[in-house]
Amino acid sequence: MAAIVLDRVRKVFSGGQTAVADLDVGIANGERLVLVGPSGSGKSTVLRLIAGLEAPTSGRIFVDAREVTDIPPEQRDLAMVFQSYALYPHKTVRENLAFGLRMHRVARAEIDGRVSATADALGIADLLDRIPAQLSGGQRQRVALGRAIVRQPQAFLFDEPLSNLDPRLRGETRAEVVALHRRLGTTMVYVTHDQEEAMTVGQRIAVLRDGRLEQLATPLELYERPANTFVARFIGSPPMNLLKGRVTRESGTVRIETCGQIITIDAVESQILFEAVRAVGIRPHDVSLTDPQHADLRGRLDVIEPLGHAQIAHVTLDADVRVVVVVRTETPLSVDSRVGLAFARNRLLFFDDAGRRLD
Amino acid sequence: MTSGSSTALERRETRLAWRLMVPALGLLALVAAAPLVATGWESLHRHDVRLPWLGRPFVGFANYRQAFHDDRFVTALEHTVVFTAVSVTLELSFGLAFALALDALARGRAVARVVLLLPWALPTVVAALVWRFLFEGQSGIVNATLVWSGLAPREWLAGSFSAWVPIVFGDVWKSTPFVALLLLAGLQGIDASLYEAARLDGAGSWLRFVEITLPLLRPALVVALAFRALDAFRVFDLVYVLTGGGPGAATEVVSLYAFTTLLQDLQFGYASALAMLVFLMSFMLALFCIPRLRVSVAPDR
Amino acid sequence: MIPSRLVRPTATALLLLAWAFPLYWMVTASLTPESQLFETPHIVPRALVFNHYQALFAERRFWMPIRNSLVVAAATTTLAVLVGAPCAYAMARLHFRGKTWLLAAVLAVSMLPQISIVSPLFLVLRVVGLIDTYPGLVVPYVTFALPLVVWLMTGFFRGLPSEIEDAARIDGAGRVRAAIEITLPLAAPAVATTAILTFLYAWNEFLFALSFTVSPERQTVPVAIALFRGQYQIPWGEILAGAVVASVPVIVVVVALQRRIVSGLTSGAVKG
Repeated sequence: MAAIVLDRVRKVFSGGQTAVADLDVGIANGERLVLVGPSGSGKSTVLRLIAGLEAPTSGRIFVDAREVTDIPPEQRDLAMVFQSYALYPHKTVRENLAFGLRMHRVARAEIDGRVSATADALGIADLLDRIPAQLSGGQRQRVALGRAIVRQPQAFLFDEPLSNLDPRLRGETRAEVVALHRRLGTTMVYVTHDQEEAMTVGQRIAVLRDGRLEQLATPLELYERPANTFVARFIGSPPMNLLKGRVTRESGTVRIETCGQIITIDAVESQILFEAVRAVGIRPHDVSLTDPQHADLRGRLDVIEPLGHAQIAHVTLDADVRVVVVVRTETPLSVDSRVGLAFARNRLLFFDDAGRRLD
Repeated sequence: MTSGSSTALERRETRLAWRLMVPALGLLALVAAAPLVATGWESLHRHDVRLPWLGRPFVGFANYRQAFHDDRFVTALEHTVVFTAVSVTLELSFGLAFALALDALARGRAVARVVLLLPWALPTVVAALVWRFLFEGQSGIVNATLVWSGLAPREWLAGSFSAWVPIVFGDVWKSTPFVALLLLAGLQGIDASLYEAARLDGAGSWLRFVEITLPLLRPALVVALAFRALDAFRVFDLVYVLTGGGPGAATEVVSLYAFTTLLQDLQFGYASALAMLVFLMSFMLALFCIPRLRVSVAPDR
Repeated sequence: MIPSRLVRPTATALLLLAWAFPLYWMVTASLTPESQLFETPHIVPRALVFNHYQALFAERRFWMPIRNSLVVAAATTTLAVLVGAPCAYAMARLHFRGKTWLLAAVLAVSMLPQISIVSPLFLVLRVVGLIDTYPGLVVPYVTFALPLVVWLMTGFFRGLPSEIEDAARIDGAGRVRAAIEITLPLAAPAVATTAILTFLYAWNEFLFALSFTVSPERQTVPVAIALFRGQYQIPWGEILAGAVVASVPVIVVVVALQRRIVSGLTSGAVKG
């Protein structure tokens, strides 16, 4: 079990592209941290830097207060689960599990004991003498997990471990991974591109874009108080609605001009610098459809997507401005009808011209 | 943006890499590169082993100038260039024909592969002897066939033009398989749905060949052309064993002339210049081909 | 005449038959009695004799060149793989400056005309007393087999997903240990293909063998049959018998391993 610290880590590849730029991240001992971001955001690179498979161009990396920047991966005592599982194809499951322990010169008897225990815990004990080619995708995933667990490392590194799984298996396996962490308590760094997976798995989440850390916070904080428009739209599904607009304040009332219409909200005791606002955000769950007469904004209902547990309505305001609203299934909707949108006042978020959220 | 400083991990990796490469690189430097340099150096001297009292004076590019005034060399060069052009053309044509035929073959692929691989895999010496035997004056089956069909036989190896026939046949026989297999791999890489789409559009087989097959086969054709051209230019074994360059010097190629000058005439300096010329011309040919080869040599990241 | 759907296979079969004919003829002629060799030949032989083969081994002691070729080819193959594979691994997997140029340089050696270096090599070998010895052939052979070995093995290593080695390293194996325990077993097919092609190259090589060996004790098969001399006329019977014997290992290898050979050739050559 160990805390992991990345101190001003920077990685520039030989082609010139900066994969990771001045990253400062501290992962607490025993924490379950998720690195999430779109492809190319550098999250896998960060994981590989922690593992030692890549060397940082500058900056330092610490595992358990020990600097490992110059230490090769075989000596870092970390375990990694790969997206493609990376099982040793010519070795049996048993040998796959035992390999790491052999490399660390663990006594034969103990290896056998730990391998059996781990195999039992993961339900793969009857597969021990098979080779990877004879296993299903789900079974291989368990072996990959087992290989990491049996090592009892200082931390687990997961590189998109669920991406290759059947979608149906993903939810189940996700829950198992979280349960595993609760049981073992070992620090876990988990990489994914799926924001939903990030939200369900992470105790804290680091959102990355183009090698930069956009925000490091708990899931709830990312959802309620995103640091900028990128995080606001990346976390949460359907994505937050962002409307360009300006805000003026007049003795107790705040007037938001957006999409050619005006929304007035009552005196708000906030210290927000309203003059700097350039965009307003509201989540689809916080918008409701109402009578156009009394609504904040008016538009035309274009598309209805019935999901079963809800309906997603796409409303077009002025040309090309669309607002997405999540509506209850029971509510009757008709396409092309004129509708009104009401915004939950306390859920409005304001962003400046740089995309930063104003507080 | 500094790219100079590397971490301890990277330095470690570099050290390991060099340790793994040193035996191979060392051997190549010692046994391939160094002798080439030596030949180059020797080519700048006059060194006639038959006339040792003349010593080994440095003469700059005199040997090279002599080469271009040497009728025998120029002729050998002409021979080599024409031989290369003719062989490569035939090999590409036959190779393409074979590739198309094999691609369409439903059964018997293994047999076809064996039949094609054998000429390519056999020692060139064997090929040379076999083709010489086929064209032999008395016991050769070629002459026998000519007689049987009412035509006149001839002493193939005694004529300055006819002696080329077994050489070209032999080279084509031996080298076409390589081209055929290369092109076959290229053909099999072409997406079948392209042909289906073309058929639906109403294109006949000739049009499909010209519009789809040939353009998509271009990379493989270029590779085949490059490899064969380089090899044909450097041909030695086949000619040495089949005709020895004869009759006279009628089938002499540049490699053979360099060899003869070296080991028979013992003019080391001049022979070295000839050898260097063969190298330089091959090198230029290779340089010409490489950009067109699109060979992936860069590390993948 | 022939149904249209059979035209193509028939044409292909004929083409293949024509291509195979010289080999057929070589074997047939080697079994034809001397007296009939210089008469009008028959497509299907009337009589088959083994005189030439007997003469080959009894009088010309052909077992010597065979032994020499086998020794040289085997040694070359083993050493070329042992020296070339690690080099290929470094070039495929490890990162260092100048990698592209080094790989290009190694491959460029295959474009070197042998005639351009035979002279200094001969002189050096003579000075160190390696003319007419096995090492005198094996060393140049290994050197010139290296570009092919490195080319094929580098391509193979690049195609191998690096994640498996990464997993091994994270598991605690150093690079070398990971290469030996994990990569090497997976490399076995590529090594086999490389070994086959190297063996064929060494078995068939002519110019160096001609230049660097002098006595029948060390001459290899290609040189031996090229230098056959007859008393009155060219001893075609024995030459062709020798050619057949020279071809036997090649034929065995090709028939047994043709798939592997083809994949090695085409993967090595076409990398777009």
